[in-house]
Amino acid sequence: MKNRKLLLAGTVAALAFAGSAAHAERGTDGDLKILFWQAVSTLNPYLSGGTKEVYSSSMVIEPLARYDEKGELVPMLVTEIPTIENGGVAKDLLSMTWKLKSGVKWSDGTPFTADDVIFTWKYCVAPDGGCAQKAQYEGVTSVEAPDPMTVKITFSEPKPYPYSAFVGAQSPVIQKKQFENCVGAKAPGCTSANFGPIGTGPFVVKEFKPNDVITFEANKNYRDPAKPAFATATLKGGGDAASAARAVLETGEFDYAWNMQVEPEVLATMLKAGKGELVTAFGTQVERINLNWYNPDPKLGDKRSTKEAGPHPALKDPAVRRALSLAIDRSVIDEAGYGEAGKPTCNIVPAPEAYASTKNDSWCLKQDVDAANKLLDDAGWKKGGDGIRAKDGVKLSFLYQTSTNSVRQATQELVKDMWSQIGVGAELRNVSASVFFGGDPASPDTFQKFYADVEMYTNNFDGTDPEKYLAEWLCDKVPSPENGWQGQNIPRYCNPAYDKLVGELSKTADISKREELAKQLNDMLTEEGAHIPLIHRGSVSSHSVKLDGVRMNAWDSELWNVADWSRKK
Amino acid sequence: MFTYTLRRLLFAIPTLLVISFVIFALLDLAPSDPTGDLPLTIPPEVREQIRASLGLDQPFLIRYLKWLQQFFINEPLNIFESLTGWQVGDGERMRVLSWATRSPVVDLIVQRLPQTLWVVGLAYLFGVLIAIPIGVISAYKQYSIFDQIGTFLAMVGYSVPTFFTGVLLIVIFSSYLQWFPSVYDTNLRVTDFGSFIAQMKQMILPVTVLALFNASQITRFVRASMLDNLHQDYVRTARAKGVKEKSVLLIHVLRNSLIPVVTVIALGVPTIFSGAIITEQIFRVNGLGQLLITAVQGADIPLVQTLTFIFAVLIVLFNLIADVLYGILDPRIRYD
Repeated sequence: MKNRKLLLAGTVAALAFAGSAAHAERGTDGDLKILFWQAVSTLNPYLSGGTKEVYSSSMVIEPLARYDEKGELVPMLVTEIPTIENGGVAKDLLSMTWKLKSGVKWSDGTPFTADDVIFTWKYCVAPDGGCAQKAQYEGVTSVEAPDPMTVKITFSEPKPYPYSAFVGAQSPVIQKKQFENCVGAKAPGCTSANFGPIGTGPFVVKEFKPNDVITFEANKNYRDPAKPAFATATLKGGGDAASAARAVLETGEFDYAWNMQVEPEVLATMLKAGKGELVTAFGTQVERINLNWYNPDPKLGDKRSTKEAGPHPALKDPAVRRALSLAIDRSVIDEAGYGEAGKPTCNIVPAPEAYASTKNDSWCLKQDVDAANKLLDDAGWKKGGDGIRAKDGVKLSFLYQTSTNSVRQATQELVKDMWSQIGVGAELRNVSASVFFGGDPASPDTFQKFYADVEMYTNNFDGTDPEKYLAEWLCDKVPSPENGWQGQNIPRYCNPAYDKLVGELSKTADISKREELAKQLNDMLTEEGAHIPLIHRGSVSSHSVKLDGVRMNAWDSELWNVADWSRKK
Repeated sequence: MFTYTLRRLLFAIPTLLVISFVIFALLDLAPSDPTGDLPLTIPPEVREQIRASLGLDQPFLIRYLKWLQQFFINEPLNIFESLTGWQVGDGERMRVLSWATRSPVVDLIVQRLPQTLWVVGLAYLFGVLIAIPIGVISAYKQYSIFDQIGTFLAMVGYSVPTFFTGVLLIVIFSSYLQWFPSVYDTNLRVTDFGSFIAQMKQMILPVTVLALFNASQITRFVRASMLDNLHQDYVRTARAKGVKEKSVLLIHVLRNSLIPVVTVIALGVPTIFSGAIITEQIFRVNGLGQLLITAVQGADIPLVQTLTFIFAVLIVLFNLIADVLYGILDPRIRYD
């Protein structure tokens, strides 16, 4: 009898165990409902480049390696990450070799080989294709396959940080068989391939309604037989951020919603319903105020904000640049506009942690109106009758522009108020984002033309290595009519010492030395006042309390580990 | 009447050509850029190549003529081919491609049309059905309590924007009561009774919002037109002849009052097709209005151009229909 009881208990235990094992089976958790308030236009990230397209396609197509939530590389379709130590990266830094995982299949059942990887490179660099991710393949002269499971990438010049091509959500591998006839100018014509790429990822596209909704099914040929836990997935698009937040946090209609750009207090109310929670990840986005080093006086006509206009009459004074930064209370701006999605910063390279400098935090992170006032007094800027400082007929009154966005306009008001405490006036202006960032050389309102004294926006860099990003402040990257206003050195900062240091960075392979150099460059920009970094911005998304496995990632697609997501039982 | 219609149709051709040119020129002058929404990490030289691959590097006139050819020759031929199965030429034609999705614009529109017709069309129908009786009673019992309440509600419905009523209804019926979904499921197919109920449930909120708005507009027209007619001589004559009050109101007055109202309703039909931009956006209905607004935001010029032009065609067409209807309803009006 006793034995029988024991046996029974054992059976129950075994059943319970079997029950939990079933949990880790493919397709047991029903439908995963994701909400993107900006609808997805295409599933080919090479033809769009928008974040929503890159993220949504990451459920289907994968790169060779991804970044995890800590910014470290994780092999996806390869056996290991090539380094100099394991011989994957050549000592002369001119080539690297990836070893593909064996047995990986495309969702149509055909084997994944080095040919597909080579084709992906050819597809993106083909002329007339307008590939949006071409920058990922910059400096790559050839991609070859010594054997079907090996990919060798050769660079035109030594690449100290070679992880760009086929790394991260921006450069996934596409199937040669599917896209063979879609190269170059023919790319847009392949609608069915662009709307339903065959991939190696956990899901396959079942139906795609452009600018509306995507239906996915679990990939039967996915390399891990136990994943994904969800049988299907629906990615709905459209609407606005606040109602997307409501659909997850309040009504519980969706499991996951991307990009909660909503006022902190609105989110706090919604969170009280207890149906969902927020997840935040900090990447490299920094909201900054660029100071114009050239004179933007409208009287100068076409010459304004160019070298011919000469230096800015007020901002050429280092004391003014430093005082503008000192007068700002970053924590107030953070609380009012960003909440969980931001932290005050004085760096333009705020992350990864190894690259983030702390050198200027002592003087810059804290508001110090007295020090700012003293600095201006000593430099000879005297307050006039209207409370605005002036010197030699030059007034400290600035045109302050940014893109139209409620958080940015609120920040403008706060900064204007803070600057008024040190006798600096500001005239506020906002420009529609599609014009401001549109880069139309005929428009006077683009951020590149910078027909203002100061301007505010956010920028960041892809991946974890800031080399290319820091090279944006080189003298020859200043936007001008000669280069069609296309340079990225928006503040028009120019310092030969900085240029030299960037050159050094591009030749250094040793990681700790690279970190050191990057910090030096970052500090130079903050100390000399090329810009005033304000807020290190994170990405905030929300998910249902019943959804397990979300590891919010700012270095790759937010949906990077969607294969591991499951529903809490 | 026939020659009149024909003449008007012929006149419509140059009008529409001018409209298409004006739309194209306005969109070209607008300082928005298709690469404006892309992350700043995409470098300027790549943006330049993207623009070139969209054909933006060609001169204005060439782009306009290309669009004309694509829209007036290639697309109709394509529709003809898919309807009949015959092939004209080699079947390889440049279609109007959307910049954001890189797929043919006409396919996008065909995909969106049913939802718009269902939601916005139904709301228009309900709006008319509600508006006419309220308008009639309000006019007949002018300054009564019913009239005052009707006028008040019409003013509220007309002046409170749909982005307010829409969100209000979502907060009450989706968040608080949880009766109806706040997000329209565009994948739902009506196959059985259960899915039919689900479809009804998700349509109730957007249809209510729009019907309220439409009804308040039309009810004012009905009321005004009824009031005009109620004091006419023929009404007094009818009453003097001893015609029943019901017949006077519903046969004599209503029929005459509806003539201008029919015109107003016909002129409003194109707005069904252009969708309800705000309402569709709030409830995430994948209709034409939502398509237009995403295209405008993303500077998807070919899509904006084509949609706007189709709306222009519909407006010209329904103006004509309204005029012709007027002639049919009112025998005193003759165009020839």
